[in-house]
Amino acid sequence: MSSRPILLVEDNRDDVELTVMALKESKITNPVVVARNGVEALDYLFGTGTHAGRDASDQPVVVLLDIKLPLLSGIDVLRRMREDERTRRTPVVMLTSSDEREDIAATYDLGANSYVRKPVEFEGFLVAARQLGLYWTVLNEPPEPAGGR
Amino acid sequence: MRVLGRLTIRQKLTSIAMLSSITALVSASFAFLAYDLHSFRQSLARRIMTDAKIVSFNSVSPLLFNDAETATATLGGLKAEPAVVAAVIRSQDGGRPFATYFRDGPSAARPAFPPRAAAGPVFTADHLLVSEPIRFEGKPLGTLLIQADLGEIRDRQRRYAGIVLAVLGGSFLLALAMSRLVEKTISRPIVHLADTARAVSSQKDYSVRAAAEGSDEIGLLVGTFNEMLDQIQRQDSDLKEARADLERRVETRTRDLAAANKELEAFSYSVSHDLRAPLRAIDGFSKAVLTDYSPQLDERGRHYLERVRAATQRMSQLIDDLLGLARVSRRELVRKRADLSEIASQVGAELSRRQPTRQVRVDVQPGLTAEVDPHLLTIVFENLMGNAWKFTGKKADARVEVGRQADGSAPTFYVRDNGAGFDMEYADKLFGAFQRLHAEADFEGTGIGLATVQRIVTRHGGHIWAEGAVDKGATFYFTLERNP
Repeated sequence: MSSRPILLVEDNRDDVELTVMALKESKITNPVVVARNGVEALDYLFGTGTHAGRDASDQPVVVLLDIKLPLLSGIDVLRRMREDERTRRTPVVMLTSSDEREDIAATYDLGANSYVRKPVEFEGFLVAARQLGLYWTVLNEPPEPAGGR
Repeated sequence: MRVLGRLTIRQKLTSIAMLSSITALVSASFAFLAYDLHSFRQSLARRIMTDAKIVSFNSVSPLLFNDAETATATLGGLKAEPAVVAAVIRSQDGGRPFATYFRDGPSAARPAFPPRAAAGPVFTADHLLVSEPIRFEGKPLGTLLIQADLGEIRDRQRRYAGIVLAVLGGSFLLALAMSRLVEKTISRPIVHLADTARAVSSQKDYSVRAAAEGSDEIGLLVGTFNEMLDQIQRQDSDLKEARADLERRVETRTRDLAAANKELEAFSYSVSHDLRAPLRAIDGFSKAVLTDYSPQLDERGRHYLERVRAATQRMSQLIDDLLGLARVSRRELVRKRADLSEIASQVGAELSRRQPTRQVRVDVQPGLTAEVDPHLLTIVFENLMGNAWKFTGKKADARVEVGRQADGSAPTFYVRDNGAGFDMEYADKLFGAFQRLHAEADFEGTGIGLATVQRIVTRHGGHIWAEGAVDKGATFYFTLERNP
């Protein structure tokens, strides 16, 4: 469980590096898989194209999905994920660089689990992760005692 | 006259014709009748007086010789005049009548002769009385009295009245027929004009024209009316053309505006995403250097990197505020009844939550409601109360007050503080974007907040102004139109 990867869909190299740095700083040790655009992300998730042969049933623990991407936008990727049985329940946290309300509303309508503003505000990310029930798995720490939530 | 006003023009014309013809006819008939009656009475009086003179002459000798029989026979000669009802001869001594005559025989009701009658004819209600003295050689012997009835005149009056009525009836019908004929030449064009006017006003069809006939005043009226219609038709088509042109222009403008808006939206989207990306890198990597290479950096190096980070934070705030301003301008205004007291209280609570160390007394007047966009008004209070909060930062007993001014006209809301205030000389610079009246070192800020507030107030149709003095606090007043 804890070794399941985090899929980071982000085209900006700086942001990739900063996000990885921030994850590390937050002691999140899950491997980070980076997709540079929407098509690549979908290839990874469905085991097609450059990721042909990957087992699509092995979904990432969470997808950090940038809204603004080349080719397919983050919103398009999210829509495709929610249309497919295999990726329907995969947690998605949208990464936004603004608080553009239209974007946020659209992503929630499409079934995003949460959103955080870039550069990844790790306070915010941890809150989002906690809300998704991912906190303990993502942080790779021993599970909370039963009934403690 | 009021009744006349309700009649149609045809009825009016007919009434006028009938009224004048009947008046003329009736007055002529009465004049003729009166004259005829008068002359008839005169001729009757003359006739009876002649009879009286003859009888009185013939009665001289019977009176002289006291021969009553002959006198009665002489009176009997009056039978030739059927109007004479009775006659009597009185002797001068005034005793009982010397001789009498009664048309309808001695048994009929006897008329009472006045004891003394003036000479000449006298008309009573239904009789003519003629008194004639009987003289012999200038000496009065007696008096002859003749009474004639006026039955003949009444017969004549009845006949005349019948004739007058018949003539009146006949002329009435004739006049009616004639007036109908004449009236048509006046009323028809007017009625036609009225119909045309009605058609124009009900169907808004300015192309119809009234048929003109004749060159009298009515013909002139029809001509003028048609000219007027010409003008209206021209103006109407001009107006329609102008409106169509305007609609086309509005459509074009709307399209242009929509395109510009879309472009602006794309622009702000790209600003919010792309402009921020390099900032994130600058800030993130500066932070990485600070944490990962701390041992290699001296105090000055760390200071410079902190300055770099502070500048990027500020730039990021500027971008946010500019986007906020742009969003406020393009967001659709959705008015509903909003509780401004509730909004202000929540903003106050949020400010305290963010800076729990500050001791600020926030007074919000309860019951402030208005017909506004609650989301935009939240931004107004966030900015105004945020400013008040900020500029009271150096006061020991900081106070922020929100309320409504109790003057009669449009409701004026205000946000008041007892903070740093400002110099009224620069009051007009308060609402310009990037305008600041305080040094960044004293009070942080981008100078976009009040520009945003002003834009929101303006979009609501209201206006905003401020009063203040240095170190005496500031009050921001604003109105929001369409308030009850």
